Amino acid sequence: MTERQFTEDEVLRYARHIILPNIGGEGQRKLVGSRVLVIGAGGLGSPAAMYLAAAGVGTLGILDFDRVDVTNLQRQLLHDTADVGRPKVESAKERINELNPNVEVIAHDVALTSENAFEILEGYEVIVDGTDNFPVRYLVNDATQMLGKPLVYGSIYQFEGQATVFLPGRNVPCYRCLFPEPPPPGTVPSCAEGGVFGVLPGIVGSIQAVEAIKLIVGVGEPLVGRLLLFDSLAMEFRTVKLKWDPDCPVCGEHPTVTELIDYEQFCGLAPGQAPPEAERAALAHE
Amino acid sequence: MMPVQVKLPTLLRSHAGGQARIEGEGSTLRELLADLEARHPGLTRNFLSAEGELHRFVNIYVNDEDVRYLGALETEIRTGDIVSILPAVAGG
Repeated sequence: MTERQFTEDEVLRYARHIILPNIGGEGQRKLVGSRVLVIGAGGLGSPAAMYLAAAGVGTLGILDFDRVDVTNLQRQLLHDTADVGRPKVESAKERINELNPNVEVIAHDVALTSENAFEILEGYEVIVDGTDNFPVRYLVNDATQMLGKPLVYGSIYQFEGQATVFLPGRNVPCYRCLFPEPPPPGTVPSCAEGGVFGVLPGIVGSIQAVEAIKLIVGVGEPLVGRLLLFDSLAMEFRTVKLKWDPDCPVCGEHPTVTELIDYEQFCGLAPGQAPPEAERAALAHE
Repeated sequence: MMPVQVKLPTLLRSHAGGQARIEGEGSTLRELLADLEARHPGLTRNFLSAEGELHRFVNIYVNDEDVRYLGALETEIRTGDIVSILPAVAGG
């Protein structure tokens, strides 16, 4: 296979990467040829997608079924005031292509379900989880494990965030090794209920972009087997050990979860009901 | 017995007067949690079942080790250990 030559624009645009030891022309070529899916065009997905686009990821999938709400603008930098009411994937695609027209953005204006997850995820080499609810987080974990794809995980609540990288296979942990089952309905509040410090997803989503780029380029130590905890109020980063669980229902020695599960009902949301409405309902019942 | 530092996630701070760090005593995690419950009534029912076992959507770390891979609630606690409680969060 002949190596793809950079265009003149690419040489200049990516000059600061190309001269960087550990990335160089070879690493940049990997980025330009890479396919990354960002699930959720919200707080985490915004910085993750924007940095990945700026870095020159060739094909960037953006998955979100939601529309831009004015309450999103406090932290979701993919969307502008004028975008309120538009599908998030639409304003995301526009913003990303303003940033870097070389990126092919694939807009998935759907909710991820057990029906479409394999088909959508199959087209990408790295998956970035920036979703805002447990059902999709478990679905994405299980699907990436079953497809053998790396998953860059990030999650936030109020002033604190978590990030790690899950790789497929035995001896490496997945999300279910960390938390085997989703919490029962009503035990863990959502961002809509608890609020979220606007800058927080900017930090955690940027960390997800770092890890995705490291995986693609094959540089550094991936955030595997370590869970990064960030407390913005204490301004403290630390890591705790994350171990492969031989009893993990998905990647353990005797898996019990062998097909995809839609957890909506388990988590108290009616099937097909959009999470934001469900969150509002939960809030109203408080 | 020297008190042990316990780090609370944002979610649980309201059960401890808003504090991010609290103190407790005990030679095992189970004893420590019982002491925390005595000092902050209602705190531990957020992560312990009615049978007193740890919920599967909350992890407890002693220093940087998940207690599920140590001795679970029987994990020994030593002076100077830092105990962290970490619930699953899904925000994005």
